[in-house]
Amino acid sequence: MTVAQELQSPASARLTLDQVSKWFDTARGRIQALDDVSLQIAEGEFVCLVGPSGCGKSTLLNMIAGLERPEQGRVLAAGQPVKGPSRERMMMFQESALFPWLDAFGNVMFGLKRKPGLTDKERREVANHYLRLVGLEKFAQAAVHELSGGMKQRVALARALAPNPRVLLMDEPFAALDAMTREQLYGDLQRIWTQRHVTILFVTHNVREAVCLGDRVVLFSPHPGRIRGDFRIELPRPRDINSVEVASYATRITRALKEYMEFGAGI
Amino acid sequence: MKRVLTAIFFFALLIAAWHVVYVRKIWSPVLVPSPESVGRYLWDIIIDGTLASSVAVTLKRLLAGYLLGLVAGVPLGFLTARVRPLRDTLGVLALGLQGLPSVCWVPLALLWFGQTESAMLFVVVMGTLWSVVLATETGIRNVNPVYVRAARTMGSEGIHTWVTVMLPASLPFVVSGMKQGWAFAWRSLMAAEIYVTILTGFGLGHLLHYGRELNAMDQVVGIMLVIVLIGLLADKTLFSPWERFLHRRWGTEK
Repeated sequence: MTVAQELQSPASARLTLDQVSKWFDTARGRIQALDDVSLQIAEGEFVCLVGPSGCGKSTLLNMIAGLERPEQGRVLAAGQPVKGPSRERMMMFQESALFPWLDAFGNVMFGLKRKPGLTDKERREVANHYLRLVGLEKFAQAAVHELSGGMKQRVALARALAPNPRVLLMDEPFAALDAMTREQLYGDLQRIWTQRHVTILFVTHNVREAVCLGDRVVLFSPHPGRIRGDFRIELPRPRDINSVEVASYATRITRALKEYMEFGAGI
Repeated sequence: MKRVLTAIFFFALLIAAWHVVYVRKIWSPVLVPSPESVGRYLWDIIIDGTLASSVAVTLKRLLAGYLLGLVAGVPLGFLTARVRPLRDTLGVLALGLQGLPSVCWVPLALLWFGQTESAMLFVVVMGTLWSVVLATETGIRNVNPVYVRAARTMGSEGIHTWVTVMLPASLPFVVSGMKQGWAFAWRSLMAAEIYVTILTGFGLGHLLHYGRELNAMDQVVGIMLVIVLIGLLADKTLFSPWERFLHRRWGTEK
């Protein structure tokens, strides 16, 4: 496969969650994390899962990534049951999870090196391409701790995109960043998603963030995690998180969310 | 530069104080030799080659025992960190034996191996092994699980995860364990050399021992200085650069 093909080959597949339930064993006994969750995600769709902490959003993401298994129900990727992790579905974490013993370039190369069918030279080219895509080509040789929080998440994004996954799973990736950096990354993520049309499943507890990024916002309620609503966001892109339209959508969704919160705790 | 000067000043002061104590004859010169006589003794053994040969003998023993301890200790630490039953058995054993001062191995080693190199090696290995096992175990158990999860989504598994994620992620702990192991090996070897009198090689510990037998205080103090110096050099040349590199790279620099 040439570099040109590697960079252009279409990436997308649909995800299906079919009546998925999951329990956890804790010190205080068995706790249900997810209850009968069914969800369809189309190719190239950007879906945000919103809900307060403890509603099982991350568990759901882990199951799609193949890091955990459902106890009931099925998780399908491109029609096939998910049996384990795969380069087709890459994950981004709240903490960047970059490897501090590698530089930025080495981190992006990590997944590429495991990908067959490319020569080493091609892998390096691909890695450089994704560092450019996130605007960090000048920081290829930087140590991880030299990067700011936002830059770390950019490298993590490049690292996740580099093996050309069909699905990108993002677990509150911007939660630990300051507002300014976050807004910049909203722009970057929308731009990259528009260019590459990879399917994105984005977990957050920030309703505005979800409205700003998603084609759809799926609402979760906790204890156990259940889907409570599915909102289609019909706004042109790129969206600005500070715009009135985003705010009014967010208000509606927040109102719906509050109805399902047992104790009326804030999000 | 200022730090170097401060250090030089401090040690010059120390030697001057020593000299004053000697000149004032506060203690008998048999107990407190002059700095000059210690210097002369050191100069003599440098010239006649005694120092070089005994340092070589000692370092050879140290390196052999230390490397054996590392080669066995690092994999054992990996295993005790990952295999529950091993942690509850071997891990507890390591914890117990690490608390045993290494000189306590000497009587056992003498009875098992006699006055031999093997006895020497055994004591050094026992001194090194357990602290390396424990440090490696701590290192592995402190690896952030998110690294492993990230690696798995990128297609890493099994041996590949161990070599490319677990090992480098635990390296700062492993290196401080190696440093601690080195310190323990050094202590145990000196104990062994003082107690195990063998003819296959004259180490620094033996010189120290004979210094006592001959009541030669200049020799005792001189050899102690050499031992201190070797310890300092090992730290400054072997471990400090490593630790500095790791702290810089891993971003744990203070």
